[in-house]
Amino acid sequence: MVGSNVFTQRLLKLWIPLLLYAVFLLFPFAWMLIVSIKPDQLLLDTRINPFAIISPTLENYRYLLQETEFPRWIWNTLVVTAGATALSLFCSILIGYALGRFRFRGGNTLGIAIFLLYLVPPTLLFIPLSQIVSRFGLYNSYWSLILVYPTFLIPFASWLLMGYFRTISRELEDAALVDGATRLQAMTRIVLPLAIPGVLSAGIFCFTLGWNEFLYALVFMGSGDMKTVPVGVVSDLIRADLYFWGSLMAAGILGSVPVAVAYAFLVDNYVSGLTAGATKG
Amino acid sequence: MSVITAGSRPKAELLQPRGKARFWDREAPLAYLFMIPGLLILLLFMAYPFFLGIYLSMTDKMVGFADFNFVGLENFQLLLRDQIFHRTVANTLIYSFVTVPFKLLLGLGLALVLNQKFHFSRFIRAALLLPWIVPTAISSLAWLMLFDSVLSPISWVLKSWGLIQSNINFFGDRWNAIGSICVANIWRGLPFFAISILAGLQAVSPELHEAAALDGANAFQRFVSVTLPTIRTIILIATLFSIIFTFSDFQLIYVLTKGGPASSTHVFGTYAYQMMGFSALGQAAAVALSMFPFLALFAAILLRFIRADD
Repeated sequence: MVGSNVFTQRLLKLWIPLLLYAVFLLFPFAWMLIVSIKPDQLLLDTRINPFAIISPTLENYRYLLQETEFPRWIWNTLVVTAGATALSLFCSILIGYALGRFRFRGGNTLGIAIFLLYLVPPTLLFIPLSQIVSRFGLYNSYWSLILVYPTFLIPFASWLLMGYFRTISRELEDAALVDGATRLQAMTRIVLPLAIPGVLSAGIFCFTLGWNEFLYALVFMGSGDMKTVPVGVVSDLIRADLYFWGSLMAAGILGSVPVAVAYAFLVDNYVSGLTAGATKG
Repeated sequence: MSVITAGSRPKAELLQPRGKARFWDREAPLAYLFMIPGLLILLLFMAYPFFLGIYLSMTDKMVGFADFNFVGLENFQLLLRDQIFHRTVANTLIYSFVTVPFKLLLGLGLALVLNQKFHFSRFIRAALLLPWIVPTAISSLAWLMLFDSVLSPISWVLKSWGLIQSNINFFGDRWNAIGSICVANIWRGLPFFAISILAGLQAVSPELHEAAALDGANAFQRFVSVTLPTIRTIILIATLFSIIFTFSDFQLIYVLTKGGPASSTHVFGTYAYQMMGFSALGQAAAVALSMFPFLALFAAILLRFIRADD
């Protein structure tokens, strides 16, 4: 029986391991979803099966959107990540272009330096940075994060774009130069339009990295109504050891959706960008 | 526009009018010009705070006080005698290294599973990457509840199967808490290894596999002699990235334990943050700066692998 043998093989090599991985990796999300649609009194009754969904409700979502600052946090996060992404893309397109297409003294060293900067974590710099942010009077201002997020977005996006610019044929650009275009014209009219897919994916990655950032947002914009989504959820929905689990989990679901959607389309690019850039550096 | 496919690069400079236009056509000045906006930001918000951090770590500055003194290495000497700091270093190293083999092996397994052809593979792949994609602060909240001493569904299931008598106290003592933190970290980091390795697997040559199979090599032998050499570099790079990011983590521990119970589960980031909360800025800067030698070492190793691969 060849057919059933193939089927057993598929089951053992593919579907069973896939199921086990799915249970481990997706269980916390399933749990968030279950808790977010549960009425409070059922949640705290430990005699009931915690997985049973009895009389589901959207009350937690209503509470979150109407009685908390959640919509405001979403707005704050949008403003900050959009600003930081725009600034980072501008700088990174220039750096990526220079490192990817120009031959100049110190180019390789600068490339390596940018790569190393990507490894510098916020935990190393947040204390002195808080001093600098306060000296510039940027505490609790959107500008604090718009200016600071590029410190980890620029190295990442430059690295990604450098790899992308390298893949674009040089001959096209040279042809334009021969036809009398200046280098700047060749760049903006020939190379940049070809690089739009790369710029787009760099932009979406910047956006998601900014959306997920926590420490800088906690330290620089962690008070009042200037919180971002991750900071607001963690510090306002847990009050004095009182956990509003239902609305916490609802916030978790709503706060994850934007990045999950963005990444779903781009995750393959992310890895090839990161590793291709890394191995070609 | 005419298309020219000349063998050698045309000397565009010679064809240009003199004067201003020429500057824009020479590569080096333009390259340096292009670096300026980005470098300004990186200098102001990375290089400057780095050196300011070194300076701060040698002062007794407190938050809200203008006056402070230069104290040399006193903050670091204090840390050397600080029990909590010793634990912090140990915790960070345990946290970064103990989780790696799990993430690597489970990630490799997942990559090999996902590398097969099956229905909805794109969708399933994207779904299984979620742990690494969503904000850590948010997914840590899910784990906070999964590890709750009263409401944990894990405890409930184990109890209903008769495997345990009373609820597990996931954050009750240091080792329980570290174990719980490590599980959440493995959960988050596993998909990163999986996609990195999956990308590497695309480069494995099917012809070599077939040739090895014809020579009588079994699946395991083919994996060791054909697949593994191809994905070796990517595994090393993913491992070092993972170590560096886990070493400098903040959110997961901040949300799950805030360094407790009794300051026994701190990592560098959370301990520095707590000291900052006690307004001891100089000391906090010293704690954060203590990460630097470790990070520099990891980065140097990573750089060697990347260069050796050229």
